[in-house]
Amino acid sequence: MKNHISNTAALAFSLLSGLIFGIGLILAGMANPAKVLAFLDVSGWWDPSLGLVMAGAIGIGLIAFTIAKKRQLSYLGFSIQLPANRTIDQRLVIGSMAFGIGWGLVGICPAPAFVLLGAGNGKGLIFVVAMIIGMGIYELLEHYRKPAGK
Amino acid sequence: MLIDWNHFTPWSALAGGALIGVASAIFVLFNGRIAGITGIVGGLFKPKRRDIGWRLAFIAGLMAAPLAWLLFAPLPAIEIDANSTLLAAAGLIVGIGTRYASGCTSGHGVCGISRLSPRSIIATLAFIATGVLTVYAARHVLGA
Repeated sequence: MKNHISNTAALAFSLLSGLIFGIGLILAGMANPAKVLAFLDVSGWWDPSLGLVMAGAIGIGLIAFTIAKKRQLSYLGFSIQLPANRTIDQRLVIGSMAFGIGWGLVGICPAPAFVLLGAGNGKGLIFVVAMIIGMGIYELLEHYRKPAGK
Repeated sequence: MLIDWNHFTPWSALAGGALIGVASAIFVLFNGRIAGITGIVGGLFKPKRRDIGWRLAFIAGLMAAPLAWLLFAPLPAIEIDANSTLLAAAGLIVGIGTRYASGCTSGHGVCGISRLSPRSIIATLAFIATGVLTVYAARHVLGA
């Protein structure tokens, strides 16, 4: 059984998936941080569009994951790896709350950040570099939290 | 609550969302993976030999999207009011927070809710709540 995605078809589907995802973000308006902030600004002039982005994505996603849950292997023969963690802990809640603060400050979350970078947007570049440094800081904190190395 | 009807774009929002759903469907049904950007990028910090290629390919696809779009139409406006300092601070917080939460808008908000995962539903409620509060504080309390 193939446990690692490595062959050419997998790379092609990964690229295709990222491309469609990115085009969806642009069409949806999520690649424009001002529109994201207008969705989060519920007490100002509220733009509910992004609620419909979620609805459209989850509508398709519900079908896809219903199929995926019933399968062991993907159509390319890879094992389907769905998260097994079910614990709702402080890491999840506080991490998400922190993420929401950063998102609300500028209107950029990780996927659109890479679309902005691809569009050659300088502010997108600053955000992506800082975000990757942030992820690096997380790795360092985790490393020193578990010195024995898990 | 006052709805800004002039900027409300229901059809492109739904269609764009559906494309995001299609992309996530392709990724789980062909590659067997969750299309969560935090996890895809985060996995590059402890790279497994045969794991790097598909992660980079997905990111390359995201970055190529605006270029593909430009082949057919001009890109929609990208409006970012934040200055460099605020962008850097926000990026740092997003990077750390999403990794602790094991996901962001894509992994929890789209894929997780589609899996009906309680963890992802809680995560999504949490980041939308603090996102709303942050915008409220910035725009209507501090008046930035």
